[in-house]
Amino acid sequence: MDLDIKLRVSNVEKSFPGVKALNNINFAVKKGTVHVICGENGAGKSTLMKIINGIYKQDSGQILIDEKVVDIRNPIQAKSLGIYMIFQELNYVPEMTIEESLFIGSWPRDRYGRVNWKEIRKHTKELLEKENLNYDPKTKLKELSISDIQMLEIIKAVSNNSDILIMDEPTSAITQNEIEVLFGKINELKKRGTSIIYISHKMDEIFRIADEITVLRDGCVVDTRPRDAYDLETVITQMVGRKLESGFTKEKIEPGEKVLQVKGLTAERFENISFDVHEGEIVGFAGLMGAGRTEVMRALFGLDPYWSGEITIKGEKVEINNVNDSINKKMVMLSEDRRRYGIIPVRSVKENVTLSSLKKFIYSGRLHADEENRKVDEVCKSMNVKTPDYETTAEALSGGNQQKVILAKWMVTDPDILIMDEPTRGIDVGAKSEIYKLMAALAKQGKALVMVSSELPELIMMCDRIYVMAKGKITGVLNRDEFTQEKIMAYATAVKRQKGVDIA
Amino acid sequence: MSTDNKSKLWSDIRSKYSIYFVLTALFIISWMANENFVSAENLKNISAQISVGTILAFGQTVLIISGMLDLSSGSVLALAGVLSISSYKMTGSLLIAFIVAIVVGVVCNILNGIMITKFKTPPFIATLAMMTMARGAALMYTNGQNIYQIGNYIIFGQGRIMGIPAPAIFMIIVLLITWYILRNTVFGRSIYAIGGNEEAANASGINVERIKMKAFVYNGILVGIAGVLFMSRVNGGMPNGAQGYEFKALTAAVIGGTSFTGGIGTAGGTLAGAFIVGFLDNIMVLAGVNSYLQQIVRGAIIALAVIYDIQAKTVRTKRKHGFAEVKQSNIEKSI
Repeated sequence: MDLDIKLRVSNVEKSFPGVKALNNINFAVKKGTVHVICGENGAGKSTLMKIINGIYKQDSGQILIDEKVVDIRNPIQAKSLGIYMIFQELNYVPEMTIEESLFIGSWPRDRYGRVNWKEIRKHTKELLEKENLNYDPKTKLKELSISDIQMLEIIKAVSNNSDILIMDEPTSAITQNEIEVLFGKINELKKRGTSIIYISHKMDEIFRIADEITVLRDGCVVDTRPRDAYDLETVITQMVGRKLESGFTKEKIEPGEKVLQVKGLTAERFENISFDVHEGEIVGFAGLMGAGRTEVMRALFGLDPYWSGEITIKGEKVEINNVNDSINKKMVMLSEDRRRYGIIPVRSVKENVTLSSLKKFIYSGRLHADEENRKVDEVCKSMNVKTPDYETTAEALSGGNQQKVILAKWMVTDPDILIMDEPTRGIDVGAKSEIYKLMAALAKQGKALVMVSSELPELIMMCDRIYVMAKGKITGVLNRDEFTQEKIMAYATAVKRQKGVDIA
Repeated sequence: MSTDNKSKLWSDIRSKYSIYFVLTALFIISWMANENFVSAENLKNISAQISVGTILAFGQTVLIISGMLDLSSGSVLALAGVLSISSYKMTGSLLIAFIVAIVVGVVCNILNGIMITKFKTPPFIATLAMMTMARGAALMYTNGQNIYQIGNYIIFGQGRIMGIPAPAIFMIIVLLITWYILRNTVFGRSIYAIGGNEEAANASGINVERIKMKAFVYNGILVGIAGVLFMSRVNGGMPNGAQGYEFKALTAAVIGGTSFTGGIGTAGGTLAGAFIVGFLDNIMVLAGVNSYLQQIVRGAIIALAVIYDIQAKTVRTKRKHGFAEVKQSNIEKSI
């Protein structure tokens, strides 16, 4: 095997306002090998790949191909240099046929400038035959599975003579059998001399497919080693250990009665989810992206349907078919996607805050404006919402203050159970510690909190218990005295599975 | 700091009340241009003339705020109007005739609402279909003939109360009701929330489908009233009448600051928008402007109003944290 360096990343740095996303990154990918990049959510994997693919420009440092410095300005240029990226979220036009999509953007023309469909069909057939794929070129993409489309992406890369292929979490949406097919293909490509950068955090896969492994953490390369020089524990230890910027410490609160109990909740993206939450308790949900945590919470809150399972609130079995059911049972949810499911950007802070409890202020045929103003003022002050006045539109506030506005909205409904999905995502350090303080204060008032977070230090700091999910199932539950990032990560990557969790 | 606050206050006032400044300015210019303009009789006439379109515009306002629109209002108006007149001729009861018009308007709009909420048809297409069907139904019912000799029915459109034209009174009542609904009811607040961010409204416990249905029911009531007034003003049941009135209504709403991106708009703004169009039409007629040129002017004003709306929005997001927010979201995606 030729072990020359194909791609080298040298001292690459990248900052976004307020965040250093990549710090002095160095690694090299050899010809005809699979190089796995792994790291937690937010380690900088995607940013790095986007730099290699020309979507972002590095602030400093160099990318070298065949040991020659290249300047990659955009994805088209990256393609011409032989780099092809297959994204985790595949973008495609469902109505397009295979042959149309394979040649998109580079349709061959005849001498009148018309698209030469004959040639396209011929090429497509050749390509499909060469790659041993049994599709009709006229099949529409919407009739294909995700893994088929992934395969087509690979063919596109091959037809483009790409010899550096970047795959971002390619197995996140495909079945076990399809994974086998994909891995077969990867091995084939390897033999042909293609270098593959494979991004993943699934330990079983990483060790099957990798020739070399690079671990990223907080935008830095922790280590690069050949697969044989790594073992599972080492990779996990290197991945975790992120530091928390806030110096907040949560005081211990004695949990009270059981408020929420979920038994065997099952839907499309998760199965047999069972957990409980007590008064004054903060229960965490850890897991990697796509583990199904958000989906569980959405179903619980009535945003998505669930297939089976039992939800008990304060000893009463309840059925939750829509958000209103949940709010009436005094269970509310702060969504991970604030802009999409949280604020009404063009409306005022006041209207946002009272949106879920309008009937408290509009009764006997009229709006009681003074009561509304008083309540908005009271709850916004207690949340420390920074806004010029309550008539200001919500879009004018910073992310942290928008988050507080949404929290204020839920506080007006006077909930017993708060589900908080990534409550500190995308907000600055100061606002983060304010959110932590608010959460602790709410727990102290006897509210039951469920906290979903991708930041382990945050979960470890705030929670009394942590459930860990992987691939739609709960794989472990840890009590506060057992919390370590390593343990959580081991369950999250599904290398370990706690006995008896399913029955709990 | 204080100049900053002042300029902020000024820009807030400007963005909130600019439409009323425009209206006042137009009024003064019209006055100076033609002294007949400001006579009480002329102003009453203008009010009566714009009343039908403006009542439709209040319905459109409610729909546009919630992120929808109604292309069928002109046709449904015609259907409601001819059925109303026909029922008057059969029963001789003005009350029954009035109720029939409203029922027809509401039924057609419930169908619009069902197409949109249950079958997820885009409002543009659903109401386009209703526009064609309702017009066809009106023509079929009347066999394409106008219904004449409508007797006392004319009092709806041509009567006066204390010298004020009855349609103008209807318009004012609908204005007040729409204003109250938008400002002071759960329905009104929900309308704004749905138009501002439908998914967030749903996640806040608002029953989006039901509110959208209600919006269409309200629109249907107004279309029914407009049908009675229109037919009464033209002295007959005209199945081909009120063609293009849906666009008149949309024009008034848009000029009045109702934003097609949803979540923004007021009843007062729409009334001002309707009067701006009404004044312009009137002054152009008084000045003897070529009627084709009048159309060009009307179209240009719509374009200006929309450009202004979009400009104001861009400035607003840029001035505030918008730019930083965009970057922030990029970071979230990239990490």
